[in-house]
Amino acid sequence: MNHLRIIVLAKQVPDTRNVGKDAMKADGTVNRGALPAIYNPEDLNALEQALRIKDRFPESEIVLLTMGPGRAAEIIRESMYRGADRGILLTDRKFAGSDTLATSYALSMAIRKLEPYSLILAGRQAIDGDTAQVGPQVAEKLGIPQVTYAEEIGEIADGKVTVKRRLERGVETVVATMPLLVTVHNSAPPCRPRNAKRLMKYKYAHTVSEMQHSNEDYFAWQNDRPYLRIDEWSVDDVQADENMLGLSGSPTKVKKIENVVFKAKESKVLAPSDADIEWLVRELIHNSTIG
Amino acid sequence: MNNLLVYCEIDEGQVAEVSLELLTKARSLAHQLNCQLEAVAIGASLDGIPDQVFPYGVDILYVAEDPRLSPYTTIPHASIVNRLIRQEQPQIGLFGATSIGRDLAPRVASALRSGLTADCTQLEIGDHYEKRIDTEYKNLLYQIRPAFGGNILATIINPETRPQLATVREGVMKKEPLADFRAGEIRKLPVVEWLSDTDFVVEIIDRHIEQRKVNIKAAPIIVAGGYGVGSKENFQLLYDLAELLGGEVGASRAAVDAGFTDHERQVGQTGVTVRPKLYIACGISGQIQHRAGMEESSMIISINKDPNAPINHIADYTIIGDVGEVIPKMIRYYKKNSK
Ligand SMILES: Cc1cc2nc3c(=O)[nH]c(=O)nc-3n(C[C@H](O)[C@H](O)[C@H](O)COP(=O)(O)OP(=O)(O)OC[C@H]3O[C@@H](n4cnc5c(N)ncnc54)[C@H](O)[C@@H]3O)c2cc1C
Repeated sequence: MNHLRIIVLAKQVPDTRNVGKDAMKADGTVNRGALPAIYNPEDLNALEQALRIKDRFPESEIVLLTMGPGRAAEIIRESMYRGADRGILLTDRKFAGSDTLATSYALSMAIRKLEPYSLILAGRQAIDGDTAQVGPQVAEKLGIPQVTYAEEIGEIADGKVTVKRRLERGVETVVATMPLLVTVHNSAPPCRPRNAKRLMKYKYAHTVSEMQHSNEDYFAWQNDRPYLRIDEWSVDDVQADENMLGLSGSPTKVKKIENVVFKAKESKVLAPSDADIEWLVRELIHNSTIG
Repeated sequence: MNNLLVYCEIDEGQVAEVSLELLTKARSLAHQLNCQLEAVAIGASLDGIPDQVFPYGVDILYVAEDPRLSPYTTIPHASIVNRLIRQEQPQIGLFGATSIGRDLAPRVASALRSGLTADCTQLEIGDHYEKRIDTEYKNLLYQIRPAFGGNILATIINPETRPQLATVREGVMKKEPLADFRAGEIRKLPVVEWLSDTDFVVEIIDRHIEQRKVNIKAAPIIVAGGYGVGSKENFQLLYDLAELLGGEVGASRAAVDAGFTDHERQVGQTGVTVRPKLYIACGISGQIQHRAGMEESSMIISINKDPNAPINHIADYTIIGDVGEVIPKMIRYYKKNSK
């Protein structure tokens, strides 16, 4: 039980928490380009849980798996700086347009290539969709149990894991058998910062596509340092069925996107003076709003 | 066949509010679709459930009763829902967007390979024409939800897969029992046959669930505080005013995050939706996610130092001033002018 393989699912997302005016197009759709791409916050909580397990069982291996365009390799490097051992970028045009069902199918096919694993950790949800669906759906596709909203991963022994879950009105502690998928809640501890030594070590970790687009001879570098290779897997590499991916594999369709508009009212503006406030209170009593 | 199915969440023999809200909405959708309303109750002691759900117009109640089914764990509940859906082929399946619903629904959707939309705030029935294949789809479920941090509203459909699955946020739909109803039919499900021991791989060893202390949804008057209230101590002013007016205290997320008050009082997209007679927003800027939970209040008063705060645009009255100064005056003049 000393070397667990832990797969962390993470996603690069547009930062929807601070959507400025320029991020919305006139037709009400989001201009993704105007939003910075960040490491999905709860995926960092998940990474931290993986790192804490590795602190306890140093021979464990943390594999970061992400699906996205080429630039998503950034979050793999970020994970390496913080302690992940290796990363895989699942990338292919054929994945584009996948909804949560198609995405979880793709991820589950990649995970099958990483067998045997003990744990899959993922953030509860991603801030660009807030669906919280991918974790449970991956678990179902793999036929393994899930424990959602984890706040703390406790004892790991005899093929079982103890997990404390954060529910909307309380907490619950469960014991589950491995292999297991756990989604991590934002009430779990934040992720540790980058480690300076690891930053130096993994700065040049690249995918093949990144190396091809670079002027430097990273290939020669990587020959001596295989840990700098970030694997890129395509649909064919994970033997996925194209019909279950992308738009054709996605049962949900977006019919319409609208800007949220609120009915503006003609507001009566008052001062904080005694006169104005007494007037308002009497008005409210008079029209029976307050009794 | 092809009815509408609602998963009823049950806690200590009580059907959750969100499930009753869903049943109310589902009843009107079933009426529009000219189909029946079905509900499924899964748990340990379910004798009291029929009396709780039939007033909402449930035609058929499926009951899966077994001591091992409470408290909720994912796989056993998912196995039963999957079997039931495969057997009864509902066209729509609805769940609350709660800790339970958001854990269960994706597991079910994946097993059935059906589309699922999370956290809907509106459900409607409508048609869809797909140009690409020149096909008209009739009577689809429009699943409407905020997206991109609440800045847009997306309408999602599942043209091809059945059932059309959705989770629905608590507190956005109104719960309305019927004055006049007839008891529906109860059908017991063969739990022992449908479950196997391997379904019970996750064991709950400890549980601390707090009872809901406040229910601000039902309050006729809400005095809500935001980050501008400044501190937990200052929030006391809001409690004083709310008590005097016979109301409850609400809050923005920034106020909850700052620890001024509890999450149960949070109003908005990730809190509750309220429609009181009077909403007094104190030191709340009125970001889109907050307004989403209170814009239907009959009357809105904003107390804010900033004349340009977005909340003022939807307020009936705006008092430009400091919360700490305005509220004591409101209290004073209320006491003076009410009998
Ligand atoms: C996905 C998502 C979901 C969210 N869900 C919710 C939700 O459910 N509910 C929610 O509320 N927010 C939600 N938010 C957060 C929301 O975007 C805002 O950050 C939050 O509502 C701001 O709270 P606030 O108005 O109290 O604070 P601020 O925006 O900081 O506003 C404080 C206001 O107080 C005024 N003020 C300051 N001092 C005083 C004073 N002494 N007297 C009078 N006025 C004063 C200021 O002028 C300002 O207008 C969500 C955000 C995201 C991204």
